[in-house]
Amino acid sequence: MDAIILQILNGLDKGSAYALIALGLTLIFGTLGVVNFAHGALFMLGAFCAVTLSRLLQTASVTIDPERTDFLGNPLKVETPYVIEWFGPEVGSLILDWSVPLAILFAIPIMGLIGLAMERGLIKHFYKRPHADQILVTFGLAIVLQEIVKYFYGANPIPTPAPDALVGSLDFGVLVGFDAGTVIYPYWRLIYFVFAAVVIGVVFAFLQFTTFGMVVRAGMADRETVGLLGINIDRRFTLMFAFAAIVAGLAGVMYAPINSPNYHMGMDFLVLSFVVVVVGGMGSLPGAVAAGFLLGVLESFASMPQVVTLIPGINQIIIYLVAIIILLTRPRGLMGRKGVMEA
Amino acid sequence: MGKLYTSRRDLLKGGAAAGIALAAPTIFPSSAWAGFTNEPTGGSVTLGFNVPQSGPYADEGADELRAYELAVEHLNGGGDGGLLSTFSSKALKGTGILGKKVEFVTGDTQTKSDAARASARSMIEKDGAIMVTGGSSSGVAVAVQALCQEAGIIFMAGLTHSNDTTGKDRRRNGFRHFFNSYMSGAALAPVLKNAYGAERNAYYLTADYNWGYTTEQAVREATEGIGWNTVEKVLTPLAATDFSSYIAPVLNSDADTLVLVHYGGNMVNSLTNAVQFGLRDRVVNGKDFQIVVPLYSRLMAKGAGANVKGIFGSTNWHWSLPDEGSKAFTKSFGTKYGFPPSQAAHTCYVQAMLYADAVERAGSFNPCAVVEALEGFEFDGMGNGPTLYRAEDHQCFKDVLVVKGKENPDNEFDLLEIVEVTPVDQVTYAPDHPQFAGGELGACNPGA
Repeated sequence: MDAIILQILNGLDKGSAYALIALGLTLIFGTLGVVNFAHGALFMLGAFCAVTLSRLLQTASVTIDPERTDFLGNPLKVETPYVIEWFGPEVGSLILDWSVPLAILFAIPIMGLIGLAMERGLIKHFYKRPHADQILVTFGLAIVLQEIVKYFYGANPIPTPAPDALVGSLDFGVLVGFDAGTVIYPYWRLIYFVFAAVVIGVVFAFLQFTTFGMVVRAGMADRETVGLLGINIDRRFTLMFAFAAIVAGLAGVMYAPINSPNYHMGMDFLVLSFVVVVVGGMGSLPGAVAAGFLLGVLESFASMPQVVTLIPGINQIIIYLVAIIILLTRPRGLMGRKGVMEA
Repeated sequence: MGKLYTSRRDLLKGGAAAGIALAAPTIFPSSAWAGFTNEPTGGSVTLGFNVPQSGPYADEGADELRAYELAVEHLNGGGDGGLLSTFSSKALKGTGILGKKVEFVTGDTQTKSDAARASARSMIEKDGAIMVTGGSSSGVAVAVQALCQEAGIIFMAGLTHSNDTTGKDRRRNGFRHFFNSYMSGAALAPVLKNAYGAERNAYYLTADYNWGYTTEQAVREATEGIGWNTVEKVLTPLAATDFSSYIAPVLNSDADTLVLVHYGGNMVNSLTNAVQFGLRDRVVNGKDFQIVVPLYSRLMAKGAGANVKGIFGSTNWHWSLPDEGSKAFTKSFGTKYGFPPSQAAHTCYVQAMLYADAVERAGSFNPCAVVEALEGFEFDGMGNGPTLYRAEDHQCFKDVLVVKGKENPDNEFDLLEIVEVTPVDQVTYAPDHPQFAGGELGACNPGA
């Protein structure tokens, strides 16, 4: 039982990342009709916002320590970050330690601008083109973004730890009556799950309870009629692209302490997130979220040694297997609307 | 009308010649009439550096390329000469190889066997490379080694750790300086016994590919030999990025030790996940829970950050070694590039030097002459102590380093500390050891 609870928790945090990326993907598809294969790259760029802020905060003044030597035997160059010089060791170290949460604020404007630039500079030229063209151009863009990040940051993963206060794990088992040490879960993963739930809640509330959101939903349902009412729906959809980029970016920022960011991390999530969107139903926001969590939990269970021993290789195919079954029995996905991606 | 054949005998001779020509390998037809494949004829000779320039091991590949460029510089008489001054063989004079200036071409393996074979083939066919070297993956090494054997080219493997490279997939034209899975197990086991005792329950998470299998087998057999019990062996997909669902079952097992048979990004992520789940803070069976990483590299340790502190592993070479060869290489590389070399850079540099030296000693670029010069070759001064290129399997035998993540690093490069230099005798095995069974070197192929 404790193993099952642990795998459910695991699935929920993995599902959080899938759900956040899939939410942005389906938002873009629902508003702009674009199949955005560069969405995984936006997730990766978000994680690198955390890396970048951490590096900026570590910008340092250099002094020579004649007492110590470097690896070549030369006097050691000692670096003292400016934040420590400016704010003192206590506050300075605290700022450095909390660089990932601070990166949320840093990433919002940057990801928004990247989203706007991407939509205005490239995506808008492909609105009326077939989905195959959109997939090709956005996939190409993803590779370009990846290579740019690799050029500046290298190919190796870059450790980006959570604040010291949030490192460690919660003995979840004790809370629900199991033996101590049987259901242990890292604090940061629990925070990631809560964070994802909050972001998803904000996105839904924004679409449900604001005039802007109402217009966007109306545009998703019938773009032409909304346009005929004199509303500049294109401008709103452009902003929705930026909004989706911010959601993907924030998912990436918070993911950085879970797995050290590398230039390829977006691609790792992209294909799975597309499967999530298709299973949830193209263009369906609740579908994307539900399918994200569902597939995350299933993938987690399929990785248990007992399951793998019983059905070898199931851990590698479970998501695709479920996708095939759902698409065969329910071609529009779990919550897909009629007429979307249908001839 | 001319007479085609003067006699029945001429007809038979012509038929036989045509038959031989048709039966000969046709993948490298351009050199069909030379003495051996890509025999250098001008004032220069071309070496092919086939390294991952893209993909997950691109940083390691970039370091390998830096090392090769440094080796070419030193072979042509440039720079500070690097290891030429410490190398026990004095055949190389800094005047190129056999008086020919060394030039090079590069290829991108992408850490994919098919891409690596394509780039190696291109370097051999189009660029006339006389030798191919490099790589950061055993799958790639085995694939390229087989291609070089067919082509009649020498292959000097880069970073490849699987037993199979010089085991079941060994080839006469291929040579490996890097250590292997068996050696890691043999070096680690006694150190682990001293540090953690002889009664341990080990849980293995193993990357689901060739290197993972041989390394898991080697470490498992070695640790079972000191009394450890294997609780579970789980294969993890090579493409996995989040290992939480593989780490979680460890908590519910009786294991008190986790062996992560992962390399590169896999190792960085699995170790990070294991630490996040508090494994290192656990006490199981009255013992502190421990994690072991059989194959370490400094670049990986950098990626895993503070998580590597106190964790044991093995490595082929480390820049902090105090011998003259290591010091000379670290100085040469560090002065040129501003940071110390990785073990991948070291093994690639040494392989380029060993090839050049073998050609000089043989007095010929003919691959079969080079094979003869390298087989059974004993040398020193290259950073690993006295070393033998064993004739039976083309594996280098030398001391192996057991390292541990450093608790209090002095600088950003000071991530691993050497715990023990395991003597070569302790990691030597018979050529027909079961972990290396099933392979034959076969005959040398000069190509042409």
